[in-house]
Amino acid sequence: MTSANARWVAPRPAAAGTTWLYSLLPLLAAIALAAALHFGLQPAIGPFRTNVLMNIGINVILAVSLNIVNGFTGQFSIGHAGFMAVGGYTAAAITYYTSFRVWGDALMHGGVLSGVPANGWLTAGDALFVGSCLAGGLLAAVAGYLVGLPSLRLRGDYLAIVTLGFGEIVRVLLQQSDSDIPYLAADVQRMSVWQMARHLGGALGFSGVPFYTTPFWVWLFAAVTLLVAFRVKRSSYGRAFLSIREDETAAEAMGVALTRFKVRAFVLAAFFAGIAGGLFAHEIGTALNPRELGFMKSFDIVIMVVLGGMGSISGAALAAAILTILPEVLRSPPHVWPLGLVAIVFVLMVRRKAGRRAALTLAAVTVALEAVRAAALWQGVNLADYRMVLYALSLVVMMIVRPKGLFGVREIWDYRPLGRRRAATVAVG
Amino acid sequence: MTKLLQTLVDSIAVGSLYGLIALGYTMVYGILQFINFAHSDVFMVGAWLSFLVAVRIGGQTATVEPSVAKALLVLLTAMVCCGALGFTIERLAYRPLRQAPRLNVLITAIGVSLFIENLGQLKWLFGAMPQPMPRLLPDRPLFALAGVNVNLLDVIVVGTAAVLMLLLNWIVFGTKLGRGMRAVSYSPPTAALMGVPVSRIISFTFVIGSCAAAAAGFLYATKYITLQQPAHETWIRLGLKAFVAAVVGGIGNIRGAMLGGLLIGLIEFFGAAYLSPNLRDVYVFAVLILVLLFRPAGILGRATVEKV
Amino acid sequence: MALLEIRDLHVHYGAIHALQGIDLIIEAGQIVTLIGANGAGKSTTLRTISGLLRPSAGTLAYDGQSLIGQPPHEIVRRGVAHAPEGRGIFANFTVAENLAIGAYARRDKGGIARDLEWALTLFPRLRERLTQSAATLSGGEQQMLAIGRALLARPRLLLLDEPSLGLAPQVVQTIFQIIRAINAAGTTILLVEQNAHMALQTAHYGYVLEVGRIALHATAAELAASDRVRRAYLGVA
Repeated sequence: MTSANARWVAPRPAAAGTTWLYSLLPLLAAIALAAALHFGLQPAIGPFRTNVLMNIGINVILAVSLNIVNGFTGQFSIGHAGFMAVGGYTAAAITYYTSFRVWGDALMHGGVLSGVPANGWLTAGDALFVGSCLAGGLLAAVAGYLVGLPSLRLRGDYLAIVTLGFGEIVRVLLQQSDSDIPYLAADVQRMSVWQMARHLGGALGFSGVPFYTTPFWVWLFAAVTLLVAFRVKRSSYGRAFLSIREDETAAEAMGVALTRFKVRAFVLAAFFAGIAGGLFAHEIGTALNPRELGFMKSFDIVIMVVLGGMGSISGAALAAAILTILPEVLRSPPHVWPLGLVAIVFVLMVRRKAGRRAALTLAAVTVALEAVRAAALWQGVNLADYRMVLYALSLVVMMIVRPKGLFGVREIWDYRPLGRRRAATVAVG
Repeated sequence: MTKLLQTLVDSIAVGSLYGLIALGYTMVYGILQFINFAHSDVFMVGAWLSFLVAVRIGGQTATVEPSVAKALLVLLTAMVCCGALGFTIERLAYRPLRQAPRLNVLITAIGVSLFIENLGQLKWLFGAMPQPMPRLLPDRPLFALAGVNVNLLDVIVVGTAAVLMLLLNWIVFGTKLGRGMRAVSYSPPTAALMGVPVSRIISFTFVIGSCAAAAAGFLYATKYITLQQPAHETWIRLGLKAFVAAVVGGIGNIRGAMLGGLLIGLIEFFGAAYLSPNLRDVYVFAVLILVLLFRPAGILGRATVEKV
Repeated sequence: MALLEIRDLHVHYGAIHALQGIDLIIEAGQIVTLIGANGAGKSTTLRTISGLLRPSAGTLAYDGQSLIGQPPHEIVRRGVAHAPEGRGIFANFTVAENLAIGAYARRDKGGIARDLEWALTLFPRLRERLTQSAATLSGGEQQMLAIGRALLARPRLLLLDEPSLGLAPQVVQTIFQIIRAINAAGTTILLVEQNAHMALQTAHYGYVLEVGRIALHATAAELAASDRVRRAYLGVA
């Protein structure tokens, strides 16, 4: 990752002939990563963990995209699940109803990448799925534009309330859609597009969407999201924002261009949230219903961004991964001391002098976690019940103890073991 | 005509509760300029504490005899406990962040909200199941107006809310303490130079805001008889509507919060009665967005320029 | 014993070392002035005395007791009132409410009433406008209100931050006359001013602050006669 990172920092060659290669390379890397996880990792871990793997990817998309708004621009959106819902329902409806129109059923018509090797490599079904995800993303982006517009006038916390209100409106409207989803081709044939748009399953949720989502698609989109987020962070606007985001007055003094950038950040974040919604809608084992996509889901994503570090892309991605796995881990908590030991050694290597205090803190945390684990086992308490309580508590403690989140605006590789701490990838005043 | 009057009665009853909750939001925003998300949770705790105390002293739902004395005891217990809760929240979570960027305080508030909400759902606290509230207050049709029954309970709810609002209005505008609160909300450092104990005033603000929310919780549980769970489906949503009321009325403005509460009650219930009953949340949040876009200072708020 | 004794006081604003070890002594009953250019640290000194800022080192003794670490309202209660820079009028209050809040730390109703009467005698303009919103006052009236409000704390030490700022010369004359009257009634005054001319005419003793350090201190007459002060602050070549 470090070498790729170094390449983006270096000025790109001006020669027209090679520029396209530089923009293509990261994309190829993204495809390679997705393929590796899909063909390499998936067979080894079984269906349950494959689902966790997909959930991690979807949450990475959500957290990293929300970070574009909350981490870079100093705005604060707490309605990200609303964009996810817009994208998810759009994608689900397109796939479902188009499948009926084209094939007369809503079964899987995907190929290898969608988990049906018998159908060949890339099929019309795959195209439909990807297309409907992109369409979901686009509609979410339109919604993002509308919601982002007030950011031209409103201060951060007011805007937060607008996004929350938007998310709630989306949720209620979806709940009011018709709960009768036709399951016969003949019924679907008779429906107009407008009618289809109104039959979204209501409070019961949209069921019957074919399960196209696989680790390949999830991680392909996740990798693209990461790439775009890095590009934004490294753009001149991104850097300007990171250096002033805590001072709205200064931000305003920088003029209209930055306010426009705020709206654009909103649109971009909404687009990826919409795609994440599309992937979620086509995933096996998930329920696409309005209750799942209320403001509690938005808060989940906010927690990932805040804990990982507002402005840190890798931090948000890491937090998304950890918080996705954590509920499973909490169900039967393993010993944490081996991990604690590794972390202590690592910290001592990264920062030799200041590391001593950090190592002591880590040791204390490790001991405390072991104590909690022992107490839970002894009392027969299921720690998974306490998941949200723990998240919430860590959010509050984090704000008091380390308000910038785990990594602040830095990236994980800005902390190098066996050497002095490198300057942040983005210089921050 | 009957429908219109009935809707009016309902919207005033619920609107006055929104107003009572909105007071807490608006006072904290007026002084510290942040949205105290945890205020909804104090409201929830107020309702559930009322339930727990009511069951303890009144026995189970069906058998309980209405008793004003018991109801008052329940109300006061809920208010005192929630006052203490509000005090603790400010002390532990917000005070360490007095100098921090506003965004961090907002995140902390969300954290505190999630914490209380999820803690409440644990089975050794309030549990995740809805519960019936014992009927502590007498209810009977009081009089009929053009075919609409005005119930005693509605009158009690609105009356209690009105008394509490007047009390609060008097505290803020008629006492020395209130003068201190208004001074702190204008400028904390200048207030400090006048000898106003800023931290104590902030604590006090949280305490009385939380007391008002607890009273609203008690009244809501008494009026609607059931206590719903999970919290984010009901209590938090109600609290958010109260916040909308505060914004609509003009955030930071005490009288605006009361007016906004009534207004949101009217919008919600008339929308539900005459347009579509399922979209009541949509009306409220649509009003919020419209107000923020076209009159961000609210109805009674004056437009203020951000201090540079 | 001096009323206020400051020794080697250091104050930081983040990375900025605003006060770099100042010594300042205020004898009871005097008017002491602190003059200096913009950004020299005059207001910082006052804000530190009042407890709004916490010094990073040094001592600050008022009436023999340390003020460091005391909250501002406790310092007011002990008798140090501060009319801040920019006057700090509560625009959402009436004139009467503004005056009343000056006495927030006090409980003696009779004493408060007497001090209110005295403040209104000093500033008769305020009496005419008691029920008016403070936002409607002119600049001079606002300054009078700020000083009158500080008097309601019944201070033994009154800190005045730029009372002449932005006022017409005639109003400045009036304000300084009243400052003398307040001092004559027994209140010690620390006067921060950019108008060095007026300040040195009014004060008994003076300190010159230059970028966070005390550059000179002497009686006001000596300072007014010194070449350095005349050139830098009195505009005399």
